[in-house]
Amino acid sequence: MSSWFFADAGLVLLVLAIGASTIFARKAFDAAIAFVVYGLLLAIAWVRLSAIDVALTEAAIGGGMTGTLLLGAVARLRSAEPDNIRLGLPVRLATGFCCALVAAGLAGTLLLLPEAIPTLAPAAMENLVHTGLGNPVAGVLFAYRALDTLLEKVVLLLALLGVWSLAPNNAWNGIPGLRLYERPNSTLTFLAQILPPVGIVVGIYMCWVGANAPGGAFQGGTILAAMWLLVIIARLENAPSTGQLWLRIGLVLGPAVFLAAGLAGLVSANGFLAYPPGYAKPFIVTIEFALTISIAVVLAMLAAGPSKQVQQE
Amino acid sequence: MSGANLFGICGAALVGLGLYGLITNPEPLRKILAFNLLGTGVFLIFGLISRRAAAAGFPGDPVPQAMVITAIVVAFAATALAVALVLRLLEQTGRATLGADNPVSEIGNP
Repeated sequence: MSSWFFADAGLVLLVLAIGASTIFARKAFDAAIAFVVYGLLLAIAWVRLSAIDVALTEAAIGGGMTGTLLLGAVARLRSAEPDNIRLGLPVRLATGFCCALVAAGLAGTLLLLPEAIPTLAPAAMENLVHTGLGNPVAGVLFAYRALDTLLEKVVLLLALLGVWSLAPNNAWNGIPGLRLYERPNSTLTFLAQILPPVGIVVGIYMCWVGANAPGGAFQGGTILAAMWLLVIIARLENAPSTGQLWLRIGLVLGPAVFLAAGLAGLVSANGFLAYPPGYAKPFIVTIEFALTISIAVVLAMLAAGPSKQVQQE
Repeated sequence: MSGANLFGICGAALVGLGLYGLITNPEPLRKILAFNLLGTGVFLIFGLISRRAAAAGFPGDPVPQAMVITAIVVAFAATALAVALVLRLLEQTGRATLGADNPVSEIGNP
């Protein structure tokens, strides 16, 4: 029992308390704010679990991006008629009991895990030299399980297709209905002017450093998306209409480059998504840069939502 | 009990909390939020599995970590789609509930 144990216990209590408040808060707005705080606390928990890559992703996407999305939705749902359907106390108690059973079962399983640890860590570390990368997580994402990463990008595009399909007929190919600030708020405008230059550098650096240290395309792309959204929300720049060609090219650039590199593997190496020996790192870095651009565009468009109005020429 | 186990138990409790919110809360947006909470609980359990490899002399198993990164991104995509569906429901019907007493005639009007 070290002092770290008590620090961890405190962190866990805090995470659970904030997590519970996202469920039990009376107002949806409070719940959404609590969820952002929860995401940031969870990022600290990931640092304690020695998973810095995951911590960065959780803070950026789990806390920041999801928070933006939920807050925007809460603001728009204010106009909705209040919902007075509440479950009765007996039903809630019974549900609580069953959910506690599920949690207890899971916790019990985790405490009684077998002594032998099935792990691929040694194999992942041994073969990392061949990829030229220094970050084992990047190795898993872009070399060992590259197919998963490729398909994940396709899932992102499918989700965006789904979101865009929800646009009303008359707003097809229009401008996303992102909630803009009506009054030019001086603080927000100032922030949107001063933060993006720093954020863009950090985003690109994070993508570049991801090969050897925690970071990568996801984290870098999310920061770039956040900077773009900030500039749009502060009304310094208009949201692009969803039909624009450069936007569509940006969306498919990453998956297309990834797929092309994968197909090149059929010729230059011994299979789909295999890299030619000695050239793995240039391939992976190229793919990561293309993916960063696509992730930034997809995430920003997902957060912006379906188009609401037709562009005025 | 190690610190990593503590986070595993935290993950299990979060799964329970999220499940409770998902079932009992009538508002769709709160259900989406609860489902995200449930998801992060599962991710934390992966964190414990990854950290257990530390005993073998590694900082953590990179394979579960990479899976969690993929999962966080996919969870965000699913959340964005779900939120867009709720907002569209509001636009179409003027309400955003899952109650069975929605006036059917209003659905389908552009």
